[in-house]
This record gives sequence, structure tokens and C-alpha cells, in this order.
Amino acid sequence: MEQLSTDGALLSYSLRVNGREQAVHDALLGENLLYVLRERLGLRGSKNACEQGECGACSVIIDGRLECACTVLAAGAVGREIVTVEGLTPEGDGLSDLQEAFVAAGAVQCGFCTPGLIVSLHDLLTRSPDPSELEVREAISGNLCRCTGYGRILEAVKAAQEKGRP
Amino acid sequence: MAVLLPHSLPEAFTMLEGAPGAQLLAGGTDFMVEVNAGRRRPSDVLCLGRVPELGGWRREDGHVVLGAGLTYTEMMDGELATLVPGLAQAARTVGSPQIRDAGTIGGNLGTASPAGDTLPLLAALDATVLVGHVAGTTRTLRFGDLMTGPKMTSLEEGEIILEVRLPAELGTQEFLKVGTRNAMVIAVASVAVVVDWAGRDVRVALGSAGPVVIRARQAEELVLSSIDWEGRRLAPGAGCLRDFVALVRAAAHPIDDHRSTAEYRLHAVGVCAERALRRALRSSDREEPAWSS
Repeated sequence: MEQLSTDGALLSYSLRVNGREQAVHDALLGENLLYVLRERLGLRGSKNACEQGECGACSVIIDGRLECACTVLAAGAVGREIVTVEGLTPEGDGLSDLQEAFVAAGAVQCGFCTPGLIVSLHDLLTRSPDPSELEVREAISGNLCRCTGYGRILEAVKAAQEKGRP
Repeated sequence: MAVLLPHSLPEAFTMLEGAPGAQLLAGGTDFMVEVNAGRRRPSDVLCLGRVPELGGWRREDGHVVLGAGLTYTEMMDGELATLVPGLAQAARTVGSPQIRDAGTIGGNLGTASPAGDTLPLLAALDATVLVGHVAGTTRTLRFGDLMTGPKMTSLEEGEIILEVRLPAELGTQEFLKVGTRNAMVIAVASVAVVVDWAGRDVRVALGSAGPVVIRARQAEELVLSSIDWEGRRLAPGAGCLRDFVALVRAAAHPIDDHRSTAEYRLHAVGVCAERALRRALRSSDREEPAWSS
């Protein structure tokens, strides 16, 4: 039976992130996935703002589901396929079409919410390549942006959608 | 201290037997918020997400049986949304896509918040909940017997919520919820109304309006006594609707808290109940609004 027992008060396990097994050493049992990604695995694309699943800045995809990494028990994600914003970028330092569209449309201002928005919208466009504006708005309803007013984000999605068409 | 990762229901019970009092973890959207804020310090955690027996749903004798691990996203679309439309409406109001992909109906029941979005529907549909015990026994609880107070249930140590059973295609179902905006909002007040045309029954349930989800029985009886089932409308007579709203409000016992005031909640449940009842009657076969008072 699969279980992770503490050694003292600490746990060691491995997580599958962006297609790679990554070892986590001496973690506290209650650590959330966002903390482990950022502070233990050095993946700082996912942002930490609210730690209660409200802002969407830490959105990741786990076994095909869009979730807030801050409300996922990291040790409970053992064996799951975790995709972070870093895993959406093509080889090297390239940007995805959606990321390019964000830059071109000026959909990035302070940039704090951007990784979460990219992950949520990547999830949407994977499931539904040609969404209506209402679908887009609903898909990012869990991602707070306090700079853009969302107008340029919607423009960027539209541009990426059009580019994606054959 | 351990994180337990069972891959089957028998394994889950064996592990729970070995770690009595372990925290049961479904989607984590309530529990991890508490942990992150330092209000809970988990020791043993039993993660239920890998237990296949808790996933999915099925039809059975005119009912739908939902696995406790069914997510809100899974309730929102497809065949299930046509079989239990009120549940789909309620699920769509939960949090955000992120929360709906993680949170489960079993978690909503286990957390037992008066603001739990699926709970008014479960109350209105007289849902039953199948619970299993490490000893190998099971018991079936009515929703009203499961939720005993704010974030309190009658579940005992060693028990796991397994399934929720609801009638399929029962009449017209409406769910309304008030919050500060459409997304990412915990209900300030919510109402479920079900008009069962075939069984000639009316159910009204209120969320965030008291320590538990409340059935407004007297309001239900008023509608039952004045509904014209053939004409699918309330019998003529001034004041019926006003009395209905008054009885809904009389059933509520809201409090002031950081999210709203008792006064506003009383107002809101009345408005929502009236609107839900109007919609339920209007969505019948008649083209004209079926309202006569």
C-alpha cells in the first residue's frame, strides 16, 4: 500500500513535474504544491498571492485538471502528472503562441497574474480550440488581474485563436 | 504522521483502520485553505483522489448515484446535467474552473458548510448518502440527518462518504445564489426550488440562511395548497406569493458575519425563493407566465 511516512516530522517523495521526476527532500507534511514548486523545486513561474484558491496566480494542470497549486497537498500529488507554466513553453526560451499573443496585445502589465492566466487559457484552448468570448470569460473567472481590466487579455486570446486556425 | 495514498476502497478502509482519526482529503479546496492559514496542522492524511470506486456516477432505478469523488466540473455538463439540472446550476456557481476541477460532492458534504453550494439541492431532492465504515458496514443517511450544524456532521470516526443518491429527472429545478460577484464567491444566501409535476410536490431549501441547510416546509405547504397542477400555476388569490416569501423568511435563521448581515440574508432568501418559484412555474409547458397572483 502506498504511503509516505514522516522521518521525524519530515517527508521525502518525488513529484512528476513537466514530464520529469523531481525529488523533494525533508518537506513538512502539510506543505502545499505551490510552496514545493517554488521553494523546493525552483519553479517560480507559479505565483503566490492568496493561498486560498481565490486568485488563480498559481494555476497548474494536474492529470488534465486545472487546479490552484496552493490548495493541493503536495505529498498527495505523488504519481500525478503536473504541468506548470514552465512546461507550456516550447524548447529553450521560446514562447507559446498564446504567450506571444499576450506580449503583442499588451496583455501583460505588472505580470504577476500572467502565468496563471496562461495556464488557464492553455487549458481552455486545449479543450475548446475556438471558444466564444463568454467561454473565455468563464475560463478566466478564477484568475484575478488588477492591471489590465481584461480587455487586452481577451484580445490576446482572440489573436491566438485566429492564429491557431488552419 | 503519514500521507496515505490508497488505490482502492478496501485499501482506503485498511489504511483508515491503521490511522484512526486521519484527515480525509478529497479536492482539498476547503482543507488546504485551513492548513495554509495555520488553522489546521494535519498529522495523518488519507487522500481519496486515487480511489476509483469513489469516482463517476451511474443511473439506478430512476435515480442517479454520484460517487463521492465526483467533481463540480463533472456535474455541470453532459447527461448528468440533464438528469439533475439543479445540481448542474449549483455546481456552475462554485468558485472558479480551478475549484470546480478539484472540489467534489463528497467534500461539500464532509465540510458541511451552510454555504455549501450543492447542499440546498441535495436537501430539496431528499438526497440520501451512503457511508462506509472500517468495520465493513455501511449505512444510508438522509441529507438532513448528515448535516447537524455549521461544519458539523453525524459522521463517525472510521467512516467515509461513498455515494450520494438523487432522483433523476425530477420536475423543474432551480438554484439561485447571491454573492458579491458571479465568480469566486461563497454564497451570502442561496435557494433551491424543485417543483415535481409528476409527484405533485414542491420543495424549497435555503443555504447560508442558518446553521444548517433549511427546508422551508411551511412555504412548501402553502404552494402545495394553492397550486393548480393541471394549469401549472398558482390558484388565483391575492397575497399567495407574498405569504410564500414571508414563510420562506420565517424558516431562515441567518446570522451577521464577515460576509453579510442577517437582515440582508433574510431579504435575499425571500427574493431568491420568489424568483426561483416563478422560474420553475414559467418553465412548464405554458407559454404565458403562469403567474396569477
